[in-house]
Amino acid sequence: MPLQPIKFYQTGTFTVGNRLLDESQRTVQANMRRTNSLNSGHRACQGCGEALGARYALDAAMQATKNRLIAANATGCLEVFSTPYPETSWQIPWMHSLFGNAASVATGIAAALKVKGKQDVRVIAQGGDGGTTDIGFACLSGMFERNDDVLYICYDNEAYMNTGVQRSSATPPAARTATTPAAGAHPGNSFGTGKNVPLIAMAHRIPFVATASVANLHDLEAKVNKAMTIHGARYIHIHVPCPLGWGSHPSDTLKVARLAVESGLFPLFEAEHGEITASLRLRKKAPVEAYLKLQRRFSHLFGEKPDRDTIAMIQAIADRNIEKFGLESP
Amino acid sequence: MLQQLEGSRAIAQGIALCKPEVVCAYPITPQTHIVEALAEMVRTGELANCEFINVESEFAALSVAIGASAAGARSYTATASQGLLYMCEAVYNAAGLGLPIVMTIGNRAIGAPINIWNDHSDSMAMRDAGWIQLYAETNQEALDLHIQAFKLAEALSCPVMVCVDGFILTHAYERIEIPEAHDVDAFLPPYDPVQVLDCNDPVSIGAMVGPEAFAEVKYLQHRKQLAALELIPEIASEFSARFKRDSGGLVKPYRLEGAETIVVALGSMNGTIKDVIDEMRNEGHAIGSLAIVSFRPFPLQAVRAALVDAKRIVILEKSLSVGLGGPLSDGVRKSLSGTGLHGHTVIAGLGGRAITRKSLKALFVKAEMDELELLDFLDLDRDIVNVQLEREKETRRSGPVAENVLKSIGTVASRIA
Repeated sequence: MPLQPIKFYQTGTFTVGNRLLDESQRTVQANMRRTNSLNSGHRACQGCGEALGARYALDAAMQATKNRLIAANATGCLEVFSTPYPETSWQIPWMHSLFGNAASVATGIAAALKVKGKQDVRVIAQGGDGGTTDIGFACLSGMFERNDDVLYICYDNEAYMNTGVQRSSATPPAARTATTPAAGAHPGNSFGTGKNVPLIAMAHRIPFVATASVANLHDLEAKVNKAMTIHGARYIHIHVPCPLGWGSHPSDTLKVARLAVESGLFPLFEAEHGEITASLRLRKKAPVEAYLKLQRRFSHLFGEKPDRDTIAMIQAIADRNIEKFGLESP
Repeated sequence: MLQQLEGSRAIAQGIALCKPEVVCAYPITPQTHIVEALAEMVRTGELANCEFINVESEFAALSVAIGASAAGARSYTATASQGLLYMCEAVYNAAGLGLPIVMTIGNRAIGAPINIWNDHSDSMAMRDAGWIQLYAETNQEALDLHIQAFKLAEALSCPVMVCVDGFILTHAYERIEIPEAHDVDAFLPPYDPVQVLDCNDPVSIGAMVGPEAFAEVKYLQHRKQLAALELIPEIASEFSARFKRDSGGLVKPYRLEGAETIVVALGSMNGTIKDVIDEMRNEGHAIGSLAIVSFRPFPLQAVRAALVDAKRIVILEKSLSVGLGGPLSDGVRKSLSGTGLHGHTVIAGLGGRAITRKSLKALFVKAEMDELELLDFLDLDRDIVNVQLEREKETRRSGPVAENVLKSIGTVASRIA
């Protein structure tokens, strides 16, 4: 975690405002000289968490690498909304090949840079949760185990949003998607399914793994910054709400993301060589209900007769996370 | 320098002379010896300034090559059979992006039934992917074609597959002339990419293209292949002038003077075909052959010019377009349109079935008597086929076909001749 010499609670947001910090501690995003790596004018939906996440992450990485950065991108929302031919929002060298191979393409770019003696240029691969946890998983694991010099960033919006909100292996239990409809005896996605890719990344004992959220910009930028000081395979998994897929209000993107963290459903932590080295303690714990209620994908749990049992099962997941990742305030 | 070498080793030495900067490898029979040899050369320093990457699948192998090529490195990989199919999506992608990757295919059959032996089903499945496809007749030509392939790929910014018959070439020891490094350096300049991921001049590669421009982008891919029709003979003659031997080109005619019957084929079986033609010519038969080196682009004009004076055409194919015939025949027949010649397709050598001189001679004699069907099969055991067809007629649950056929045959080893 970044060291914060002051603890400042702003009403409502619980984030430290840049203007209260010393210039050197302000976010890259607050700096007028940020690179706008993913520039304005792209076609992302209103309130898109992924566009925010990519913008934050890449501008931070650009600053960390002194603008010597190349990105490989998986097929998905980020790729589609950023490059409607003949326009592009990318101000950095950027390449899209396929849905499932971003990690391998990045490996190839890194290998070429090495052989060309351009080791000051760093490589990022990025994809959504489908491109990372499902179809790109083999390539991702291969890149990890070879310890290739790539930072892979997964923007996790918990379903296949580009194709119209279908379930992925990152879709949470009970969530309604187009392929896990809110119908039948057990509406929404099944419990006991899915995979935790940050933990799987750690199992590869790669130098750096972290989770981050668009709701905590300082933390996200610090993790990207740290990742760029390390060579070898690195992984950052960023939680990015999708208003369209989640049925949340576009103006609530950061609120929803923050509640995911504060409820314990999306723990923020970092790990080095397979061991957790830090986790972000929750200053204020939120009940999962507060998070779920803002999203129509969980609306079948509420209404006139709330599904208390299912909500309790989701609360149990959050509670387990709080215990496992040590999120309780000291 | 003249050496006695395994085909794979010779190909690897040819690749090394081309100084690839990134080589990615995933094992699959029968191409594995090539990347093993390259791994050794990188470790010993014989192939310097090269990143050798062991990947987790063929899909990753070509994807790594795609990234490396886009970042400006000369990139190479090799595969075969199931591996080529597993990387299919990346095969199309590399061509669509216009990345001059060179890939060896150790041609092998596709399952099911699983089969490690040679035919052309694998590369044929990728015939429309936008890669240039060159087929080698001998190991000398396989080596030479790789050197030409890098030059061709980089001149056009288009990927090239060099197709080498699995086992028949990859595992055969032959006398091979290894080119001198200074000659290869003079023939093949360093890779100068037309597009590159560069921090000093950022570009986006791989943008989404809609109906407004997709056809134009694809047409430009086709134009590269048309340009290759001009470039392949030029590069072959430049090669011949420098290395003092003929290798490559679009097509290779053999004893076509006055030939009434012409046999058309790809790859190593041309060696056997030429032996049979020599024998039959000695006996007074008017027969010749045409080896097609460049299958993509398909040299319609050159094929037509070579075949137009014949009375009949026999197209020997190591690949079956199930439900139609043979993919090589599609091109040959198109080249013959309006000539009155139609061509007889003969499927041969599937899954490593030996193509013998005896069978070929009988086939060509049958062709001369105009007794060939439009689609025929060399050495197909109709009795075994009929046993299975009868079984299927008698019982609903007749069981797995391949296992039934193997049972009908009995001892397998004795039948491979």
